[in-house]
Amino acid sequence: MTSSLSITSPEAPRRSWLSWRVALPYGFVTAVVAYAAVAGGYPATVVSFALIYAVFVIGLNLFMGFANQVSFGQNAFAAIGGYTSAVLTATYGWEPLPAMAAGMLGAVAAACAIGYPTLRLKGHYLAMGTLAIGLIVYEITVEWQSVTQGYMGLSGIPPLGIGGYEITSDRGQLLMLAAVVAGATFLSARLRGSRIGRALSAVAGSEEAARALGIPVARYKLLAFLLSAALASLSGSLFVHVVGFVSPEVFGLHMVILTFTMLYVGGIGTIAGPVVGALIISLLPETFRGFKDYQDLAYGAALIVMLIYAPKGLSSLFSIRRRP
Amino acid sequence: MNRLVLQNVTRRFGGLVAVDDMSFSVPEAGVTAVIGPNGAGKTTLFSLISGFLPPSSGRILFDGADITGLAPEKVAGRGLVRTFQLVKLFEDLTTLENVKVGRHLHTRSGLLAALARTPAARREEREVEARALELLTFVGLKLKADTPASGLSYGQQRLLEMARALAAEPRLVLLDEPAAGLNGEESAALSRIIRRIAETGTTVLLIEHDMTLVMNTADRVVVVDFGRKIAEGTPGEVRVDPAVIAAYLGSAETAPIARKDARHG
Repeated sequence: MTSSLSITSPEAPRRSWLSWRVALPYGFVTAVVAYAAVAGGYPATVVSFALIYAVFVIGLNLFMGFANQVSFGQNAFAAIGGYTSAVLTATYGWEPLPAMAAGMLGAVAAACAIGYPTLRLKGHYLAMGTLAIGLIVYEITVEWQSVTQGYMGLSGIPPLGIGGYEITSDRGQLLMLAAVVAGATFLSARLRGSRIGRALSAVAGSEEAARALGIPVARYKLLAFLLSAALASLSGSLFVHVVGFVSPEVFGLHMVILTFTMLYVGGIGTIAGPVVGALIISLLPETFRGFKDYQDLAYGAALIVMLIYAPKGLSSLFSIRRRP
Repeated sequence: MNRLVLQNVTRRFGGLVAVDDMSFSVPEAGVTAVIGPNGAGKTTLFSLISGFLPPSSGRILFDGADITGLAPEKVAGRGLVRTFQLVKLFEDLTTLENVKVGRHLHTRSGLLAALARTPAARREEREVEARALELLTFVGLKLKADTPASGLSYGQQRLLEMARALAAEPRLVLLDEPAAGLNGEESAALSRIIRRIAETGTTVLLIEHDMTLVMNTADRVVVVDFGRKIAEGTPGEVRVDPAVIAAYLGSAETAPIARKDARHG
């Protein structure tokens, strides 16, 4: 065996252009946010919504990308976060921040209660089980009229702020959301490179091999599910405070489809993928607005082209790992 | 002192008895091999020992403690780690990262330590990296450290799986057909590696079809056929055992019939 040959990182000469390639998705995101911040108005609103979705998709990526599980029901946790925020602030006069925290706690508690039995299901069964969770929470938001006001929705939700200072301008909200997304992306990168991130990758790669190495697979799946629920809840709360209004449709099945598209187009399992996907999918319809009646057609065609030429997502084109 | 003791272990799948009243001991020192024809129940036996299947009856003792029916991760936590007949690597991870996963049981950084990247977590991470590189050097894969595991040759993947198992510092490592798919040269290198693992104090129990490897590597051999132990002893002893010769060579007329009877009996 040639065991003692010295290895002074054979990739060293490539490193400079690799880091350039790795930085590209972040450069794209920064450029889009900067443009929206300068332009303000409508572009700022579109990008703000994209960033709210990005928070959700970063969470979805922890569960579906890092741990390789499937959930069609994360919108349930966004609904729990969003409605908790809305009810506590609009109806009971709480400050937004403690209301958001309460929403996250509620969502994580619900995820714990739901995840414990459902995470024993595999593949299609887990997918069906989680789909049911999303539908159940949707029905609750529709039917529990005394609290949620059903389809009417709740309005008069205050914007985010601390003490007397509230973030009300388009640009202010955009920058606040950009900071939240940057923080969540940074933390998910840290998680990925840690002992816990490796354990999740092990669960994703082979549950049997992970268990043979002493990794309690069920506990790590649950952890990923809870973290994912916490970010979904945060995203739901951010939505209601930015928009000032919430109704059941906000967290319906449409959200599931949209966020799945964002995750796959951006690159499932990558760090930058969720943000890139959220921005691209939010901007595409705007880009094709000039096509008028053919807007949806152009949007669909663009999706197909992306999935053909970047089946692992746009970010994967720039990652070191995915290319052998 | 015995590392592992099997007492009358039986495993049935419906009417089929895959492992039938098996008893044997694996001493602490050296390499023990389980051999037997295809379908003899060797892999089922490994699954029973490592906790992936509960036995229908019987007891399994590891370092004197009863581990019968413990979950695989609990068994691993006690220092008994297995590899798989069909290599199960974490393909999205690099070679080095695969070995790092093997350090899971010997590290403890939690969620907050990971997110805050505390000094303790960073120190632990450096130790993990150093140990993983050491093990890659040991199996001769150091140059492949940054290659995705899916980019390794089959023989290299087998070596990586062994390095990953060793990262867990097992007291007993179960190797399920480590030489399957290796060429003669790779197999000889593997034999040296297995001997060195045993020399460092880790007990090795392996299943193998490659007789050259078994004869050159094992100190003791347990021969199984139709789920039963038919012989045990040194490689030299079992090679001349009439029951072993019959099981392996058989006679063209009786062997298939005997097998059919056993399945239905």
